[in-house]
Amino acid sequence: MQSQSLAISYLTDNSVEISLLGDWCLTCEVVTWQSFQAQFEQYPEPPEKIDFVSSDLENWDSKLLLFLVKLDAYAQSRHIHVNWDGLPDGAKGLLRLATEVPERSGARRRTRTRSLVYRLGTWAMGGVEELTGLATFLGEWLLSIGRFFTGRASFRWVDFNRFLQSAGAGALPIVGVISLLVGAVLGFVGAVQLQMFGAQIYVADLVGLGVVREMGAMMTAIIMAGRTGSAYAAQLGTMQVNEEIDALRTMGISPMDFLVLPRTLALILMLPLLCLWSDALGILGGLLVGISVLDIALLEYLQQTKEAISLSDIATGLIKSLIFAVVVSLAGCLRGLQSGRNSAAVGNATTSAMVTAILLIVIWDALTTIIFNRLGI
Amino acid sequence: MANAAQVEIGNRSGLAHIEVRGMTMAYGDFLIQKDLNFTINQGDIFIIMGGSGCGKSTLLRHLVGLHPPAVGEVLYQGSSFWQLAPNERNALMRRMGVLYQSGALWTAMTLAENIALPLEEYTSLMPAEVNELVSYKLSLVGLKGFEDYYPSEISGGMQKRAALARAMALDPETLFFDEPSAGLDPVSAHLLDDLILELRDSLGATIVIVTHELASIFAVGNNSVFLDAASKTMIAEGDPKRLLAETDNPIVRKFLTRGEEGYP
Repeated sequence: MQSQSLAISYLTDNSVEISLLGDWCLTCEVVTWQSFQAQFEQYPEPPEKIDFVSSDLENWDSKLLLFLVKLDAYAQSRHIHVNWDGLPDGAKGLLRLATEVPERSGARRRTRTRSLVYRLGTWAMGGVEELTGLATFLGEWLLSIGRFFTGRASFRWVDFNRFLQSAGAGALPIVGVISLLVGAVLGFVGAVQLQMFGAQIYVADLVGLGVVREMGAMMTAIIMAGRTGSAYAAQLGTMQVNEEIDALRTMGISPMDFLVLPRTLALILMLPLLCLWSDALGILGGLLVGISVLDIALLEYLQQTKEAISLSDIATGLIKSLIFAVVVSLAGCLRGLQSGRNSAAVGNATTSAMVTAILLIVIWDALTTIIFNRLGI
Repeated sequence: MANAAQVEIGNRSGLAHIEVRGMTMAYGDFLIQKDLNFTINQGDIFIIMGGSGCGKSTLLRHLVGLHPPAVGEVLYQGSSFWQLAPNERNALMRRMGVLYQSGALWTAMTLAENIALPLEEYTSLMPAEVNELVSYKLSLVGLKGFEDYYPSEISGGMQKRAALARAMALDPETLFFDEPSAGLDPVSAHLLDDLILELRDSLGATIVIVTHELASIFAVGNNSVFLDAASKTMIAEGDPKRLLAETDNPIVRKFLTRGEEGYP
């Protein structure tokens, strides 16, 4: 069927007549450029002129124009004059539009492959830039905290209250459920081991200490990194896309004071409180396992827990969670402010905020555990 | 799909392409416009005009099938959009191209990828052919060579034109424009008007434009509907030039003369 889409006839006056036949649409099969070229070049002498006949042309769309655009370039390179008059008016109009504006020189991009050294250098410089960005951000944030305590930082308390609510009360259910389950799982794991020695009652110590010193703070921080840290990154990233942050800057309002400060302060206030809530629910989870599976009396379990946990254990968890709050909120805000100006960049900022926060949480947790251990706290 | 009959637009114009019958638009209980009745003919450049906030863009969103009307119906070549089966509705939407007010190019993709996406989704073309088509569509809007640019790297006017190239990717029968000249300088706006006329004549497409740019309205429009924000319904329809010459309605007169004549 391919040969049906056009016919080439050679006329005596050294010109060629191309008859377009049938359908020329994107969904139909037409003659390929290669086979057209082969047919066209069968003629020993290149013609001086090309004419068109389109009386038998039926449906056509961009497919025909693709062919004509190619033919135009081909004819120009061979100095063949093309007379477009035989084409449908619409096709002539489109062809004129397509060839009217010449390609702007230098617009097209060349992809260059770079040497290994070049790429290594770029990578290293990127790393330095990243660290500089981080240090600058931290410094600016500390200055902003300073301004806050001297009463010179301006942000809207309405915003701050909203952040408090979403990072605090709004997170209670999810933190509660997860802590309860983690406490119960700890209880189960301990129960199986301790039952072998008949020392079931020490499940209370295990769960109590585990939750209060480690799991409470860490679980809360990881949940808040996913829930709130990434939300901060997405909010600030979207504001970056919409030029909202530029708008603040041009009005002389510091994005650090106005956007970052209320968010970080809200999380720093709320995360330790959530950590306490998580501690309580974790202990409750262990308690449920203890009294239902191990047949420990309620009061006995509570008494054991009370004796196992000292105030300094709780303080250890709270100090950790305070640091986690700084890490999570700063990672979210930093990545959000660094976001590029398109939708994919906002996605990257959010992911990166999560990854940075969780990585730092785990590293910091390991470090403090070792430090506290050495100090005997 | 375009077809040979498009060459003779004159013969086909006058055929009803889109008909709006007794349509009321509302968001929940909030009434936007009521009792809309008008016909967009084949080959028309149809202007939806009216003051700010009267529901022009909402009407456009109803016409392209993003919202169902609260009351009434929209007919495309005789069949009611919301009574079609979902797959027929999709096929119909594929034959429309929309140029959104801000361009709405996908910012994470290059211009070439933006235009190639509908082609890859809805046709079985080879990658090489898709690339050729992309270059051709970009050359139609004067952006040849800008395939590998991201939307954020080109100017607002260029973004508009690239968005137009994307709207035309599937050779639509109907093109919808939401405020095409907003944010363009007068020269670019004029060029865009010329391009719209040229595309109507060449593609044989029906074009629906939401605008309040008087210069564009008189330069390209041959049919229109005027929405009034106060009475929440249409108060005039027809060729804008004829409306300017003939209408007695003070609100329409005021609009078409930039407030120099008419009410109050």
